Amino acid sequence: MEEKRSAWERLQLVHTKGRPTVRDYIPLVFSDFYEMHGDRLYGDDKAILGGIGRLDGRPVTIIGQVKGRDLNENKACNFAMPHPEGYRKALRLARQAEKFHRPIVCFIDTPGAFCGVAAEERGMGEAIAKNIAEFMTLRTPIISIVLGEGGSGGALALGVCDELAMLENAQYSVLSPRGFATILWKDASREQEASEIMRITAEDMVSLGVAEAIIEEPLGGAHNDLDKISENIKEYLSLKIPEKCQKDIDELLKERYTKFRKIGEFIE
Amino acid sequence: MIRLFEDFFGVVKKRFNSGIEDDYKPPMFKCPRCQSLSPLSKYEELHRVCPLCNYHGRLSAAERIAVTVDKGSFKEFDADMKSGNPIDFPDYTEKQEKLRESTDINDAVVTGTAMIKGSEVVIGIMDSRYMMGSMGSVVGEKIARAFEYATENGLPVVMFTASGGARMQEGIVSLMQMAKTSGAVKLHSDNGGLYIAVMTDPTTGGVTASFASLGDIIIAEPKVIIGFAGRRVIENTIKQRLPEDFQLAEFMHEKGFVDMIVERRKMRSVLSHLLKLHGYDKKEV
Ligand SMILES: [Zn+2]
Repeated sequence: MEEKRSAWERLQLVHTKGRPTVRDYIPLVFSDFYEMHGDRLYGDDKAILGGIGRLDGRPVTIIGQVKGRDLNENKACNFAMPHPEGYRKALRLARQAEKFHRPIVCFIDTPGAFCGVAAEERGMGEAIAKNIAEFMTLRTPIISIVLGEGGSGGALALGVCDELAMLENAQYSVLSPRGFATILWKDASREQEASEIMRITAEDMVSLGVAEAIIEEPLGGAHNDLDKISENIKEYLSLKIPEKCQKDIDELLKERYTKFRKIGEFIE
Repeated sequence: MIRLFEDFFGVVKKRFNSGIEDDYKPPMFKCPRCQSLSPLSKYEELHRVCPLCNYHGRLSAAERIAVTVDKGSFKEFDADMKSGNPIDFPDYTEKQEKLRESTDINDAVVTGTAMIKGSEVVIGIMDSRYMMGSMGSVVGEKIARAFEYATENGLPVVMFTASGGARMQEGIVSLMQMAKTSGAVKLHSDNGGLYIAVMTDPTTGGVTASFASLGDIIIAEPKVIIGFAGRRVIENTIKQRLPEDFQLAEFMHEKGFVDMIVERRKMRSVLSHLLKLHGYDKKEV
């Protein structure tokens, strides 16, 4: 094991060029992957992909936020910042998974939902809210994994699940440290200080009850050994998916609700 | 415990109309929208609506209760609940202590049961004076409990939303309140309960992206701000100024995310009609 990195060091690491994306992992973790497109309402958002594949032979639905591997890819997928139609595509495919009794695997990797005029016009708030509420009662197991950045409500829209895993260097936060510093201190340059204070690391997520598992990255980070990190992801899913599928579905839904219900700290 | 003054507006009126001397100049209200002056007493009498341009000013939770529910019917839930400091954010606890002293509330939402023209409801009112109505552990917990109580007791929920979004000082815990509240709304809905969301100024961020947008019926007060991303954030992203009407209630109505825009003076009667249309009638005694 390496020495633990600070939140800031990990933040740099997840922004390293060559950090694997959902498109790198899919062929190494799943077989027979078929991608599906569109929300059937407006269009097809390239910032979120969805499809069907097999995990150890079992059909599963796969949904994930797409980061580009170069500028052209990033232009196409809008730097993994989805529009409402991306979340509505995710919900369509999730409901389909429920219909065909397929478990769902969500890969979270976004700086946040896109902030723009069209996104507001098409109801970003409603799209995220709807996903959060509907995922809470989908009658099929859901596992989510944060690959790199889990930014805000745009991440949570794929993050209501039975179990959440973090890649070792991934972060999950209410807002980017930069945005946080801007809002609270009116000073974007205090980004590093914000990252250390906000509690955004994998270990923080486990101790706050947000995540249940941490998937170890190869020495130096995920980009150093794609095969190894894919193997670790697959190993985790191969353990968890059958475990969740064996559970009574009503029991599973109760546990899912409780997982989120108990997060918070207050005095009475 | 919230200090309720059911006669809030009555008290204000009396104060302005008594002891008038010859050279007495009544206090004036300057409207932030149309910039015109009108007597403060008139503005208060209209429940903080500008008599000239229909600008709807913000109300505190106590004032909203006073103008919305049947007199004396409000019974508060979880009055003493206070926030912890889940990520040990510096000065968060102290900041809240000060706010609790300077306002009449313990956090940004007040919940309870009340009657609206005889129909019993679970009601929640967000108060933007408390850290911009941001959602942290207390807001999340109180709203979840309110919906759970409504589900267990077969009651409808009326929720007045007003929020700048997530409570930054609670970090990821604040984000998770979106899941907690939306989950409770979903169970209430699956159980057949009616939920009316009333969006007031401003309804933005994580509250828009959770329970505020999940109403069976979504009402907004005129010209209030409704949106997910903040106006300045969008302007910075697209590098241009946004039109004045962007993210106003009327804009969201036009785009199909708000069912109706209702003026404050008609709100109580519209809510009552909608409740009765869903069978939540006056209880036979
Ligand atoms: Zn005016």
